[in-house]
Amino acid sequence: MSLASSVPVSLAPGQTSRLRVVFVGHVDHGKSTLIGRIFYDTNSFPDGKVDQIRNACLEEGMDFEYAFLLDALLEEQEQNITIDTTQIQFKTERRPYVIIDAPGHKEFLKNMITGAASADAAVLLIAANEGVQEQSRRHGYLLSLLGIKQVVVAVNKMDLVDYSQETFAAVQAEYLDFLSRIGVEARAFVPISARNGVNVASRTAEAGAPNPMPWYVGPTVLEMLDTFEPPAPLVAMPLRMPIQDVYRFDHRRLLAGRIESGTLRVGDELVFSPNNKVSVVASIEHWSGEEKTVALAGESVAFTLKEQIFVQRGHVASHSSHAPIESNRFKARLFWMGKRPLLIGQSYKLKLATQELDAEVVSVENVMDASTLEVVTGERTSINRNDVAEVTLQTRGALVMDNHDRNPFMGRFVLVDDRQVAGGGIIHSGVYADRTKVKSANIYWSEGNVSGRNRSLRNGHEGAVLWLTGLSGSGKSALARELERELFNSGRQVYVLDGDNIRHGLNSNLGFSKEDRLENIRRVSEVARLMADAGLIVITAFISPYIQDRRRAREIVLEGGHEFAEVFVDTPLEVCEARDVKGLYKRARAGEIPDFTGISAPYEAPENPEVTVKTAQSSLAECTASVLEYLAPRIRRSGEDEFSI
Amino acid sequence: MTLSASELLLPDFSSHPAHAGKYAAPTPGDCPAFFPKKVHRDDAAHLDALEAQSIYLLREAFHHFKALCMPWSMGKDSNVLIWLSRKAFGGHIPYPLLHIDTTYEFPEMLVYRDWAVKYHELNLIVKINEDARAGTGEYAQRGPIGYETADPVTVTHELKTAALQQVMAEHQWSALITGIRRDEDPTRAKERYFSPRNKDFEWDYKDQPPEFWNQFTTSCAAGEHVRVQALLDWSERDIWQYIQREGIPIPHMYFSRKGPDGKQYRFRSLGCWPISGPVESEADTIDKIIDELATTKTSERAGRAQDHHERNAMQKLRAKGFM
Repeated sequence: MSLASSVPVSLAPGQTSRLRVVFVGHVDHGKSTLIGRIFYDTNSFPDGKVDQIRNACLEEGMDFEYAFLLDALLEEQEQNITIDTTQIQFKTERRPYVIIDAPGHKEFLKNMITGAASADAAVLLIAANEGVQEQSRRHGYLLSLLGIKQVVVAVNKMDLVDYSQETFAAVQAEYLDFLSRIGVEARAFVPISARNGVNVASRTAEAGAPNPMPWYVGPTVLEMLDTFEPPAPLVAMPLRMPIQDVYRFDHRRLLAGRIESGTLRVGDELVFSPNNKVSVVASIEHWSGEEKTVALAGESVAFTLKEQIFVQRGHVASHSSHAPIESNRFKARLFWMGKRPLLIGQSYKLKLATQELDAEVVSVENVMDASTLEVVTGERTSINRNDVAEVTLQTRGALVMDNHDRNPFMGRFVLVDDRQVAGGGIIHSGVYADRTKVKSANIYWSEGNVSGRNRSLRNGHEGAVLWLTGLSGSGKSALARELERELFNSGRQVYVLDGDNIRHGLNSNLGFSKEDRLENIRRVSEVARLMADAGLIVITAFISPYIQDRRRAREIVLEGGHEFAEVFVDTPLEVCEARDVKGLYKRARAGEIPDFTGISAPYEAPENPEVTVKTAQSSLAECTASVLEYLAPRIRRSGEDEFSI
Repeated sequence: MTLSASELLLPDFSSHPAHAGKYAAPTPGDCPAFFPKKVHRDDAAHLDALEAQSIYLLREAFHHFKALCMPWSMGKDSNVLIWLSRKAFGGHIPYPLLHIDTTYEFPEMLVYRDWAVKYHELNLIVKINEDARAGTGEYAQRGPIGYETADPVTVTHELKTAALQQVMAEHQWSALITGIRRDEDPTRAKERYFSPRNKDFEWDYKDQPPEFWNQFTTSCAAGEHVRVQALLDWSERDIWQYIQREGIPIPHMYFSRKGPDGKQYRFRSLGCWPISGPVESEADTIDKIIDELATTKTSERAGRAQDHHERNAMQKLRAKGFM
C-alpha cells in the first residue's frame, strides 16, 4: 500500500470549497512532522498505515516520526528532507483542505514558489529552539510577494524549550518586527509541539492530559485554519478574458479561454487588446450543458462573435469602459530562480496570461536580498538566483496588463530561460489610459545594431511577401495599410510598396505602356525580395493584372527562400467603378485613359490565390483578419513552437 | 453518437478466465456502457473549478503541442478526460486517443472500447507490444513476457511502458495527456501539470521545473516529451461526482456484482485481469460509490498487484516512464 495515499475527503452540504494551505519554514523546523501530525489527528491515514510505519521504525531501532508518514519517497526517507512540493488532502469538520508541502532548502526555492503561488493561506513554521532563521525571513517575504495574506505562524518544538512562554514571546517579537517591515500581518502565533500533538488539532494529544502551556489561550493551528476563507472568483471586477485559442473545427469560429475576472454576456460589446478591435458576443457555446447567456470569472468558455474580426491567442477581451493597460515598458518587482543569472539587456520570453512576447530588463532600480531585506543599489549587469529586484522591462510589441493590486491574473508574469520558467514578476505603477480617447499608447524604441547573422531571430519572424492584386478601387491600398498597422503594432517589421512610393522614385522613368508595366512589376518583385531578405514582411499593392507577371514575382520571392502569398482582393468591377475614389473610371469610360484595367485592358484573376478577400461583402477588419490568419503560422521563426501577431 | 440500439452488445463471457475469480461475468445482451442518471448533488459545487482548470490545461496542451495524443485506459478517469476534451473543443476531440493493449484486458472492456469509439467518434490508435508477447525481436533471448512467466512490475514495464515508447517513437508525439491524480499515490502527489520526460522517458522528480500562475513547461527538445496531467487536482470522489453530474457513460465493472461466494464485489481501479482484484462492496449505483468513498480507509489502487510487488515499486515504475 502506498505510504501517503490519503483518505477520500467527504464534504458536508454547503461546505464545498477546498482551502489550499502551504506549509513553509526553515529546513528541519518540522513541516513534515506537523503535516503528519495533522493527518494523524484528523484520522486521515489509510487503514494500518500508522502501525506499519511504527513497526518499521521499531525494527530498525528508530524513534517513531510523524514525518515518515508523509515523506514517502525513498530519497526523502534517506536524506530526511522533503525534496519536492507535495499536495495532499485532509479534512476537518469545517471543510476539506489541500496541503501543499513546500521544501525549505534554499536551493529548492523554485519548488517553494511552485507550491506557495497557488495557496490561499500559509502556515509558517519556526522552531522555538533555533528561532528565526534565514529561510523563516525569506519565506515570509515570498508569501508577501505572492500576495498571501492569511498567515499563521506556528512556533514549533516548544517541547525542546520546556514550553517556555518567554522563548515563545521572544520568537514572536522578533518575527513580528520582521513581518511589519514587509507589510505582512500574521493572523496568529501559535506555540506548538507537532511531535507531541500540542496545539495542533487540540490543546493536548490525549483528552484530559495536562496542558503543558496553560499560559496560551489562543486557537490551535487547525482552529486557526478553519477561520480562513478561499478567495472568491473576481466576478465583480472588470472583465478580463485572455484568449487561449481560436477554433474552427466546424462551421463555428470559437474564441476559447478562461474568464479571469468579471462577467461576459451575450450581446456585450468587447474590445480586444492590443489594437482595440471591437465586436459583439453572438453566443456562448456549450457542449452537453445547458444553454447560457452569461459566463462568470473562473469559467473556461468558448464564444462566437458577430463580426469576424482578427483575434488570436494572447489578445485580451474586456469591456471598453474598463480596458487594461497596453504598453511595452513597465515596472515590476521581479524574482529570479534561474540556473543562470538574468542578464540585463538580454532577451527572454515573457508569458503573461496567454501572451508571449520577447522582453528584456532595461534597468534595475535596486536588488533586495529577500532574507535580510538588505537593499543594494548601483550599476548591475545581472540579477542572481534568489534575488528580488525592482526593474523596468521592455517588450517587443505591446503587452496587455493590469497593475497587480488591481487584477492579480493580469498583473503577474513569468520569464522563460532555456525552456523553463526561471523568474516571475509583479507589475505595478502602470497608468490606465482612456481607450475611447487614446487609440494606442504604444511607445516604440530603437534597436541596437542589427546582427546580419540571424535576422529572423532578431525580428521574431521570417521575411515574407504579401502580394495584393485586384482592380483599381478594389481596396488594395486600404487593406495594405491596415495589415501594415496590425503587423507593426505587434512588433513585426513590415513595409508597404505601392504606387505612391514606387512610381515617384524608383520607377519614375516608367510609363504605362505594356513594356513599362511589365518592367514596373519586375522591379517591384525584385525590391520586395530584397526587403524580405532583410527580414521584412513586404506588402505590395499593385493592380498587377497579368497572371504571368504575378507568377514571375512569386518565383523571384521563392528564390530568396521567403513565403509568398497572393492575396486576391476580389471586388466586382461595378463596385470599384461605383466607388471610383480617384475619378479614374469616369475618365477611362470617357476614353481619357487608354489601356485601363477592367475597362479597356484585361484583368486576369488569380487561379489559386493563397487568400481571397471580398471587400464588397466583408468589413476591412474581417478581410485583414483572414489575411493575418493565413500569414501568422507561415512566418513563425524556425524552431519556434509559438508565434503570435 | 451514431450507435444503433442493437449494436455492440455484450456477449457471454462467463467462461473467460478473467471471471474465474470473485467478479462475475456481465449479463449477455447488455449495452457495454453504464449511463449514470444525471444528478446535481449540493456538495459538488467545487467541480466547476476543477472542470474549468482541466479544460484550461487541455487547451494549453493542444495549443503548444501539435503532435500530441491522449492515452485512454477506458477507466473512469480517462472517460472523464474524453468528456472534458469534448467540452474544451466544442464537442470535437482534436487529438488521437491511444489504447495500450496488454492483451490481458477484461474482455468486456474491449467491447466497451469499441462501443465508446463509435459513441464519441474517437480517433483511436491501439498498440500492443507484439514482440514482447511473442518473444520475438529484441525479446527473442528472454522469451514471451506475460503474467504466466514474469512478475507484475516486469510485465507492466514491458507491456505498458515499453509499448508506449514504441508507439511514441512511431508517431513522434511530443506530448501525452494523462489522467493521473495527486491523491492516487505519493509520487503522483509531487507531479506538475506539465511534466517533462527525457528521451528515455525518465522523470527527474528531484529537479522539476517551476510551475506557477498557470505558466507551464510548454516546449521540449526533440525526442523528449511532456506529460500534461489534466486531472491532477481531482480526487477519486470528485471523479465520481462529476461522472454523476454529467451523466458520463462508463464501463459496468465499477459496480457491484454477486461473486461465487455470495458476497458482492466491484472494482475501484481497473487494470490487467490477472493482477486486478475487486473489493468487497455493495455499491451498485454512483450514489452508493460516493457514500462508500466517504468512509473507506483503503487506498484506491490497493487491488493493483504491480504497486505492491516490492517496496517503492510504484516509484521505480514511474521514474522509468510509467504513467
